[in-house]
Amino acid sequence: MHKLETKFGEYGGMYVPELLIPALDQLEQAFIDAKEDASFQEEFFDLLKNYAGRPTAMTLSRNLVSNPKVKLYLKREDLLHGGAHKTNQVLGQALLTKRMGKKEVIAETGAGQHGVATALACALLGLKARIYMGAKDVERQAPNVFRMRLMGAEVIPVNAGSGTLKDAVNEAMRDWSANYDTAHYLLGTAAGPHPFPTIVREYHRMIGEETRRQIMEKEGRLPDAVVACVGGGSNAIGMFADFIDEPSVRLVGVEPAGKGIHTKEHGATICTGSKGILHGAYSYIMQDKDGQIEESYSLSAGLDYPAVGPQHAYLSDIGRAEYVAVTDDEALNAFKLLARKEGIIPALESSHALAHALNMADEAEDDTIIVLNLSGRGDKDLAHVINILGDDE
Amino acid sequence: MDRYRNLFNRLEAKNEGAFVPFVMLGDPDKSVSESIINQLIDSGADALELGIPYSDPIADGPTIQRASIRALKSRITPTDCFDIIRNIRAQHPDVPIGLLLYSNLVLKRGIDTFYDDAAQAGVDSILIADVPLREAQRFIDTAQQHSIQQILIAPPNASDETLKTIGEKSSGYTYLLGRAGVTGAETAAAVPAKALIDKLTQYDVAPPLLGFGISTPQQVNDAINAGAAGAISGSATVNIIAEHVDDEPKMLAALDKFVRDMKAATAKAPRTGI
Repeated sequence: MHKLETKFGEYGGMYVPELLIPALDQLEQAFIDAKEDASFQEEFFDLLKNYAGRPTAMTLSRNLVSNPKVKLYLKREDLLHGGAHKTNQVLGQALLTKRMGKKEVIAETGAGQHGVATALACALLGLKARIYMGAKDVERQAPNVFRMRLMGAEVIPVNAGSGTLKDAVNEAMRDWSANYDTAHYLLGTAAGPHPFPTIVREYHRMIGEETRRQIMEKEGRLPDAVVACVGGGSNAIGMFADFIDEPSVRLVGVEPAGKGIHTKEHGATICTGSKGILHGAYSYIMQDKDGQIEESYSLSAGLDYPAVGPQHAYLSDIGRAEYVAVTDDEALNAFKLLARKEGIIPALESSHALAHALNMADEAEDDTIIVLNLSGRGDKDLAHVINILGDDE
Repeated sequence: MDRYRNLFNRLEAKNEGAFVPFVMLGDPDKSVSESIINQLIDSGADALELGIPYSDPIADGPTIQRASIRALKSRITPTDCFDIIRNIRAQHPDVPIGLLLYSNLVLKRGIDTFYDDAAQAGVDSILIADVPLREAQRFIDTAQQHSIQQILIAPPNASDETLKTIGEKSSGYTYLLGRAGVTGAETAAAVPAKALIDKLTQYDVAPPLLGFGISTPQQVNDAINAGAAGAISGSATVNIIAEHVDDEPKMLAALDKFVRDMKAATAKAPRTGI
């Protein structure tokens, strides 16, 4: 029945209404066919190279790390068109949409980064995009709402529930249930029902593949660790995928600890360890004693999601990847440090990963090469950070 | 005791279909919810479909989402829901009671514990909106251990393979979707295609009840005359509760009229023949 594995150990699966199964099957088949289709691959890689700007650079940090035994490299997804890694997989899924003969795209967005990536890909490829965004997020992220609309996307505020990302996902799935014949649901992270976690991973795996080539060129060996932030987990799985079978490479995922994982205000689902089903997949989620989904919290909107991609749950359980959590304050410090020391303003999401990478660098006793996935740039966060720090920094 | 089979047999003898209203347990609070359910039965509901409120109901439109929110605001938990059902069951030993809910509520309680609690409370069937056939086996197995009937959904776009599997595994009744999309009275159900009903018969699925977008007696009548065993009406019923949420007597009177009208439409066209 399935050509691809639908689960990662016990995680993942297809916990959706029966009605959506044919659409998910159709998507799986289109993804498999596209992989074998040279013209699809050619168009995808052409867009990645000549439109989005791949391969992205890998920068050796000059001033950030004081430990002489450590080299910290930054994989510069912040330089990708759109300002974050998200453009990679959106281009892939937009091409799949056309391949399935669909002309409309449904998407959800939290802070608006996936919405912006979806809007740009749809503008480019002549698709009609409608993007669900929590009403609170529409208010908080006005510049991204404007960007999406400028590129022709319809932005639909969601008032249901808590008016944030999880409610936007719910609404997108409801829309898809009624319109799967004409519309593709372009899910924005490596979560959701099969085949999304697999498709999103495969359409981001060039991050790790390029990293491998670049580090071999510069250092002649694999890194000791790759580090990436994890909300839903798409940039992290894109970085990890090519190294999963290289046991010498530590895979480190950094979750948002918000105001602390012992408070209720965080989004560190793996670190706090409660399993359940949300948005079609069995994974680690945030929930109360009855199984009602709880709101996550993070300073960084891109990590503010009460579930995590099922493959991360699995990699954690089998001990192949390690997951830690970093607070808002630690991430803010790293954000400032990268700006001051290297002249790069990182996304608050990526700042979480950076904060932990810097701790790892401080603690290293042997010669160590660390690659940090700098998944996005921080321009989008400036207004937010000004509010917190004041403008006298 | 198979309450669904008994019901369908009784109705067959009277040449009627079933009218099954859906409401959210605990909407708007525990005690009013119990009065509502008693009213539905007294007014002629043949069976009940009852929801457990959930924070993220992806298969539901705005009406039933709001019912969930009202109940959750009254701090209704799955345990409260079982309490309500137990009280209803004590007063109505024969009416089939089905639960309709989402998977995470079952998993969090523990699948076995959940089904055991449901059976103890007097539940006949469980339908999990976000568990499709291919994830259903462990739920079906647990249901059987507790003499609960796992209800399966036949969507209008179902493949033959899906219908065949439903035929093999369904019990109680089959939830036949009247259309794509989510629950709600805003978009009307289509009369089930004869081809689909024929296939359901061919694959010997449990009696199909048509749901999603059923809000008028005419639709109930059309569904039954097209070959459905009955019709389920959720959002239209819940809308009445929402409309009169601050006036219980008016609410119960409106529900009474609604259920009587819908039930009256379940009479089948007189049998023709020699």
